[in-house]
Amino acid sequence: MTDELKQDDLVKINYKPPKKDWMDTPVNFRHGTYIYPARAKNLKYLDLPNPREWSPTDEDWKLPENWKDIILNGMKERLDKYRSFKVFMDICVRCGACADKCHFFIGGGDPKNMPVLRAELIRSIYKGNFTAAGKILGRLNGARGLTKDVIKEWFYYFYQCTECRRCSVFCPYGIDTAEITMMGRELLTLLGCNVNWVLEPAANCYRTGNHLGIQPHALKDMFEMLLDDIEDRTGVKIEPTFNRKGAEILFVTPSADYFADPGIYTCMGYLMLFHELGLDYTWSTYASEGGNFGLFTSHEMIKRLNAKIYAEAKRLGVKWIIGGECGHMWRVIHQYMDTMNGPADFLEAPVSPITGTKFENAKSTKMVHITEFTADLIKNNKLKLDPSRNDKLRITFHDSCNPARAMGILEEPRYIIKNVCNNFFEMPENTAREQTFCCGGGAGLGTDEMMEIRMRGGMPRANAVQYVHDKHGVNRLTCMCAIDRATLTTLMEYWVPDVKVTGVHELVANALVMKGEKERIVDIRGEPLKEKKGEDDV
Amino acid sequence: MGLIDILSGKKEIIEKKWFDMIAASYPVNASSFLKNQKEQFANPVGNTIGEAVHTVIDVLIHEGTNEKANTCLDKLVKVRAVQDFAPSMAVDFLYMLKQLLKDELKNEFHTGGVYEEFLLIESRIDTMALFSFESYLKYKEKIYELKVNEFKNMAFRLLERANLTFEFKDEGPAFEKSVLERDTVK
Repeated sequence: MTDELKQDDLVKINYKPPKKDWMDTPVNFRHGTYIYPARAKNLKYLDLPNPREWSPTDEDWKLPENWKDIILNGMKERLDKYRSFKVFMDICVRCGACADKCHFFIGGGDPKNMPVLRAELIRSIYKGNFTAAGKILGRLNGARGLTKDVIKEWFYYFYQCTECRRCSVFCPYGIDTAEITMMGRELLTLLGCNVNWVLEPAANCYRTGNHLGIQPHALKDMFEMLLDDIEDRTGVKIEPTFNRKGAEILFVTPSADYFADPGIYTCMGYLMLFHELGLDYTWSTYASEGGNFGLFTSHEMIKRLNAKIYAEAKRLGVKWIIGGECGHMWRVIHQYMDTMNGPADFLEAPVSPITGTKFENAKSTKMVHITEFTADLIKNNKLKLDPSRNDKLRITFHDSCNPARAMGILEEPRYIIKNVCNNFFEMPENTAREQTFCCGGGAGLGTDEMMEIRMRGGMPRANAVQYVHDKHGVNRLTCMCAIDRATLTTLMEYWVPDVKVTGVHELVANALVMKGEKERIVDIRGEPLKEKKGEDDV
Repeated sequence: MGLIDILSGKKEIIEKKWFDMIAASYPVNASSFLKNQKEQFANPVGNTIGEAVHTVIDVLIHEGTNEKANTCLDKLVKVRAVQDFAPSMAVDFLYMLKQLLKDELKNEFHTGGVYEEFLLIESRIDTMALFSFESYLKYKEKIYELKVNEFKNMAFRLLERANLTFEFKDEGPAFEKSVLERDTVK
C-alpha cells in the first residue's frame, strides 16, 4: 500500500475539515482544554454521589451502573420542577442570533461553543427521550440516544461555558443558555462528574464559610496585614470588628478580596471607606465568602452555601447587609437568595445611615451592592475625594457579566469611577454594558489547567482592551468581580501586558481624603502616586 | 510585465483566496463566520487574519520590510497558539500562501524573469514562516509561564498571610547605609 504513495501525494494536504455531523464528532480531551475532576473527598464531604478517582482522559469514567436511568430520571425531575428548562428545550427555533455571540466560539471557532449547539447537546437527548416527534423521527428531528460519549461531551462543553449570559441578550425568545448549562452540570453532578476547581471551594465553604477554608483566627491575621499596610500608606489606623453582635450592618465580600492580589487593594478600599464614615458595621468570620460555587454545581448547592449569609445576619442581629465587589455572588443574591433562603423578615429595609437614602431595590433581599452604597454617598457629597491621586492611571471599565446582565448595575460603578479619577475611557459599545464580553474564566473555569481555553475565551474582551490601550493609552482595567480580578490579570499578561487590573474601591481608596491622614505619596499598592517624568506610563 | 506588476493586478483575488484558505482551517461554521462578520469587535479573529493577509501581500508587492509584516504575523500566531491547532497547523498559513502563489502564477512562469523573481519572494515567505515559528514558541512558553505564575502567586500570598514567610523590608537610606558598611567590612 505505502509503495503506491508518491512523494507528491504525501504533501497534498486537504485543509478542509471533514464534513461530519456534530453528533458524530466525539470530544478530544487534550491537556489545557479540560478541568481536573473533583477529588473523591470533596464529593464525600458534600454528600454527592459516586466519589472516586478518575480522569476525563480515561476510557472508563467509572459511572454508576444505572447511569442512564439516573440521567433520564434527573431530566424528568427537572423538566417538571423548572418550567424555564422545559420552555428552553421546546422553544428554540434555531434562528442563529446567539450563534456568534459566545466568546469561546468567537475566540476559538469550535461550533459546539455556539450557544445554540451547546444547548442542542442536551436538547437532542430531551427530544429522543421526552418528545413523541423525537422518538419517531430520531435524527431527522434532531434527536439522539443517550450514550457514554454524550456524557463526555457534556462534561467537555458545559465546562466550556462561563454562564456569562451574553448569548441570552440576543435571543429573541429570551432563552437563558446559562440555565441550560446549569441543568447540564446538575445532571453531571448526579453521576459524580464534577471538577475540582469548583467542588473544593464548595466543600471548604460548606465547612468553614469560605473558599480556602480559612479559619477565624487566620482570617483575622490576614486583616492585620491589610490594616498594617493601610496605616503604612495613609497614616490612619483602622480597627474593624468581627462577629460583633448588635452592629447595624453586616458586610460580606468574596474571600479573594482579603487574600489575593489585586483584590486586597479593593478590600483596603472598603476598610478605609467604612472607617472614614464611622459606619456601624461588622465583618463575619463565618459569612466570610460572598462567592458561591454552588451556582456552578446545582440549585441545591447554591441554597446550602448561601444560607450562611442570612443565618449570620440573624445571629448577629444586624439590620441589613452590604455586599462587596463580586460577580456571581450578585446573581445568587439578586435572583435566588430571596426565594431560596428568605424571606429575611427579621431584617429591615436598607437605609443608608449617612445619607438617609432608602434602597428600595433591596427592600426584599435586604442586601445592597457596595457600588450603590458608595455612589449614593458621592451623590450626596458625603466623601472628600481627590481624583488627581489617580492621575497616573488611565482607566477603562469592564462590566462584569453577572452585575451587568443579572442585576443591571451599570451606572453606579461608572459614576464612582468618574468621581475618583480624571481619565476614564469606555470600551466599544458592543463590548460593554449588557453586551460585555466575559473574562473567559467565570463559572469555575478560572483554573491554570484551563489556560489555553481561558486565553481564547478571553480574547474578545482583551481585543477591546487593546483598542482603548492603543487609542487612549489605557493602563488600568477596572472591574467589580473577584474572579475577574484574578482571571483578567492573567488575560492581560498574555494579550495586553501594559494593562493592570483593579477594583472600583481600590480607586476610591486612592482618592479618599481621610481625617488625620499623612501626606499621601504612595497609592494603596505602595507605589508612587505620581510617575516621575520620563517614566514609561502614558 | 514583471512579477510585481502581475501580483499587483491579482492582489485582491490573492488576498481573498488566502483569507479563505486560512478560514478553512477552522470548522465549517466558524470559517463562514470568520469570512462574513466584518465588525472588528464582533469578530476579532477574522479581523486579525484579514490584517495579516493584507499586510503580508502588501509587503511582498511593495517590497516593504519584513518588520511591518512581522507585527501582524505575530498577532495572528498569538491567536492561533491558543486555538485548537497542532503546532504545524498553527503556523502553516504561510505555506498556504506559497502554494496559492504557485497556482496563480503557473501560466506566468515562462515569461522572462518571473520565475527568478518568484524565487526571491518565496524565500522572503520562508523567512516569515521561520519568524512565525519563533512567535508560536514564544506564546506557547508564555502560556506555561502564566500557569506557573498563577500557582506561585497564590502559594506565596498564602504563605505570607499565614506568617510563614519573612521578607526583608527596604528601610530607607539608613538601612542601605548599614548594608553598604557591612559589605565594606567584608
